[in-house]
Amino acid sequence: MSEPSHISIQGVHKIFQSGGQDVYALKAIDLEIPRGQFVCLLGPSGCGKSTLLNAVAGFSLPTSGVITVDGAVIAEPGPDRGMVFQEYALFPWMTVEQNVAFGLQIKGVEKAAIEAKVAELLAMLSLTDFRKRFPKDLSGGMRQRVAIARVLALDSPIMLMDEPFGALDALTRRNLQDEVLRLWTELKKTILFVTHSIEEALYLADRTVVMTYRPGTIKRDLAVDLPRPRDVASPAFNTLKKDLSQLLMEEQSRHNQAEFRGAAVD
Amino acid sequence: MRRYRRAASGVLVPLAAIGFWQLLSTMGWVNATILPSPMAVLLKWWAYLRPLEAFDPAQGSYLKWCFSGELIHDAMGSLYRVLVGFIIGSGLALPLGLAMGYSKVAYGLFNPLVQVLRPIPPIAYIPLSILWFGLGNPPAVFLISIGAFFPVLMNTVTGVQNVDSIYLRVGRNLGASRLTQFTRIILPAATPYIFTGARIGMGTAFIVVIVSEMIAVNNGLGYRILEAREYLWSDKIIAGMFTIGLLGLGIDTLMSRLSSHLLKWHRGLEQG
Repeated sequence: MSEPSHISIQGVHKIFQSGGQDVYALKAIDLEIPRGQFVCLLGPSGCGKSTLLNAVAGFSLPTSGVITVDGAVIAEPGPDRGMVFQEYALFPWMTVEQNVAFGLQIKGVEKAAIEAKVAELLAMLSLTDFRKRFPKDLSGGMRQRVAIARVLALDSPIMLMDEPFGALDALTRRNLQDEVLRLWTELKKTILFVTHSIEEALYLADRTVVMTYRPGTIKRDLAVDLPRPRDVASPAFNTLKKDLSQLLMEEQSRHNQAEFRGAAVD
Repeated sequence: MRRYRRAASGVLVPLAAIGFWQLLSTMGWVNATILPSPMAVLLKWWAYLRPLEAFDPAQGSYLKWCFSGELIHDAMGSLYRVLVGFIIGSGLALPLGLAMGYSKVAYGLFNPLVQVLRPIPPIAYIPLSILWFGLGNPPAVFLISIGAFFPVLMNTVTGVQNVDSIYLRVGRNLGASRLTQFTRIILPAATPYIFTGARIGMGTAFIVVIVSEMIAVNNGLGYRILEAREYLWSDKIIAGMFTIGLLGLGIDTLMSRLSSHLLKWHRGLEQG
């Protein structure tokens, strides 16, 4: 390997206790992510993709194995790994600009610099007109823009996104996907993006990592080298989509069987 | 137009009730000493409100004279006790509630005692309060603080315990220290509960002030209606009761206005 990985995941296991039994949410995960790569974690619900993301974020550490960022082992959450949550998680008592400024205030950035940075980010995400609004007065798409701006304010080299657009309608979703691609190109971040949508993964990622349902392992590590902007109607796109659908379908049926067995035992 | 109609339909029942009440008196179906007519109550209320003596510039300004009536005096006395008691009670409840909500250790230490004391109605403290503080404002303020204390405490504890963990996760992700988490996330997230507690506490304080004035103080609205009973002034009793009602309504409206102003971000949030 020529360049050292930005994020390195080595032999990571995550074991939960369920009904006195060990459940492998993650089993022997190895993943090397170079700087600036856009990686999607794809899989059915319950496959451990969010668990892996939370482990990288530092919210729940692996049972065994290590995750390093620039060689340093992750022990706790931190602003070097900004996270965008599915449920937006904006602070409802803060206005749009206060939400975006919060991370900078914590860092102890001086006031004038905060104002400048917030203004820049709000403009970048077309939020300037909404800066005095409270989250409750914004649409889902707008809220997620604010959440993205809040993370960008941290200037973190890594951005973690946990099914950020799962709750949005198709049009808003595509719109925000394009926005994320634009920001990623401009700001050269390493992005780890969790989704259960094959199309979303193929539309966004340099690389799509397909995960399996319990135990959570990596089933396929697929480089997506289609040129951007990607045409979701192109034959090449759809060939990949078909392949991945096949993979996911297998996983889904394993999942269903597991649930069925579980039900039979109960 | 619809607004007017709704307002008009709102006064319909009160008007009918007053009409029926007037009818009872006019027809002589009830003894006027037991239930005076609405008109008599209104006249008494006016007499109770207006200054007792004629305006005398030597005694002070006109404005001061305007507020020299007995009713104003009583209402101010009651209000003063409510405010002082409420400030002491909620002022003690808030920090304790924040600590109990935030720290499991503090909760474990204080909760048993709180649960034992909480069901005791503030009124049950009357004998002790007189024994400890004698008569006058001190026992009244003591009782009112107890009345305000528990609602504020319980709601603050619940408010802090119910802070959505996602906000704390975001805080950690943004690198917030524990202190910042507390002041910038937990405290504001809990304010809707705290305000609800304050409003309930204020309501309790208002109930307790009337009771305590009936027993331990010799002015205030509660004292006045009990005094009126001794003279069989039923019109003054009812006039006093209406005053109490109006004052309570005023305080509650003020509290709810204040909280909806301070919680602009929260209005309508429950509905999504």
